[in-house]
Amino acid sequence: MANWVKVHPLVVRITHWINVLAVLVMVTSGWRIYNASPLFESFTFPDALTLGGWLAGALQWHFAALWLLALNGLVYVVYGIVSGHFRRKLLPISPRAVLRDISQALRGRLAHEDLSVYNAAQRAAYLVLIFGFVVLILSGLAIWKPVQLQELAALMGGYEGARLLHFFAMSLVVLIVVVHVAMVALVPRTFPTMITGRLRRSS
Amino acid sequence: MKNSRLSDRFPKLENVERRIFLKQSLSIGALSLLAGCELTGDERVQEVLEGMSRWNDRAQAWLFDPKKLAPEYPESMITQPFPFNGYYPESEVRVIDETDYKLQLGGLIKEQKPWRLPELYALPQVSQVTRHICVEGWSAIGKWSGVRFSEFLQRVGADLTAKYVGFNCGDDYYSSIDMATALHPQTLLTFRFADQILPPKYGFPMKLRIPTKLGFKNPKHITEIFVVNDNPGGYWEDKGYNWFSGN
Repeated sequence: MANWVKVHPLVVRITHWINVLAVLVMVTSGWRIYNASPLFESFTFPDALTLGGWLAGALQWHFAALWLLALNGLVYVVYGIVSGHFRRKLLPISPRAVLRDISQALRGRLAHEDLSVYNAAQRAAYLVLIFGFVVLILSGLAIWKPVQLQELAALMGGYEGARLLHFFAMSLVVLIVVVHVAMVALVPRTFPTMITGRLRRSS
Repeated sequence: MKNSRLSDRFPKLENVERRIFLKQSLSIGALSLLAGCELTGDERVQEVLEGMSRWNDRAQAWLFDPKKLAPEYPESMITQPFPFNGYYPESEVRVIDETDYKLQLGGLIKEQKPWRLPELYALPQVSQVTRHICVEGWSAIGKWSGVRFSEFLQRVGADLTAKYVGFNCGDDYYSSIDMATALHPQTLLTFRFADQILPPKYGFPMKLRIPTKLGFKNPKHITEIFVVNDNPGGYWEDKGYNWFSGN
């Protein structure tokens, strides 16, 4: 008889893949918007990696997908808190454990015996990722509505401060996503678990 | 699907799979990006995006607080030089002739007598130092002076319950705004920039300054103002930029 371990709950799997779609659209259209008036004059994104074709198209994609990103994110966060998913999977976390697991990962020695339990490096990455998304959405709101939401914008140093913060939060999220995808490539058996939610127990 | 026990016994097999997976994930990424580019041209996708833009118009109208003021800045923070913006390069700025100039009024306005510049200059003037935010992302602080647009609309007997105010401009630009924004206390029909009569590049003889909207919703060289209940659209708006574009 097959012996299955439950790795990812259904809500997490659905919101994960919707989020993949939303982030792909938000990031690639956002890069096109960035290119219209680069914050850093010497740096633009290759047009081939962007979505929308021109500024108006990119803005349409960005302001359509933001609802998908925000509503999906809300479902995930509410589920994570109410069901105890965050408490069970992301906590407890200690700086020492995070450093230990990161250094083990860098030396290729991090064990992945039980995929239903996140190691400390994963916990830190996912928590920082959630934080990154919160900053992205708040700074995005401040850029979108620097008058109506001027109190929020003021917390970020006003409109121009919010633009900078939005860029750095995007960079943080993209960096974590790149590491995340690289890790999945290194431990490929984690990939199907985000679709089926389960893994055959090794014995 | 893969069995972890297998990979423990045959690490080399796992390496091969790892490489295949890496290749596949790269091509999936590339494919979805390509698909996205083609999707933008697809009519049905375009309809959905336009629909979302109309939805965002409603969301912004709902969020708009007619009493909320845009931040004002000290004159020391004015951006110098203030950037030129328009749908044409600065070398092609239209120069409107002052002697022939008349501001035409139309639509749901009672007194449609055209206005000459000295009459407009004689209206009560106010100033503001506010941030102009371009849809491209950059921003710049400037000082504009003129008459409150709400006051002008009241004087000419405009129907303030109508939905839209439209503008035609001397440089063939056109745009339109919602009535709530037209009546906002910081929406000014301006004749001066930095205390000087507007130079052509900043919109002579007049620019509607709306600090609660993106820059392209601030028409320059206005020659006609009309009040209507059907959305007149705009130069950039009709090309796909969001109509409300509020700040």
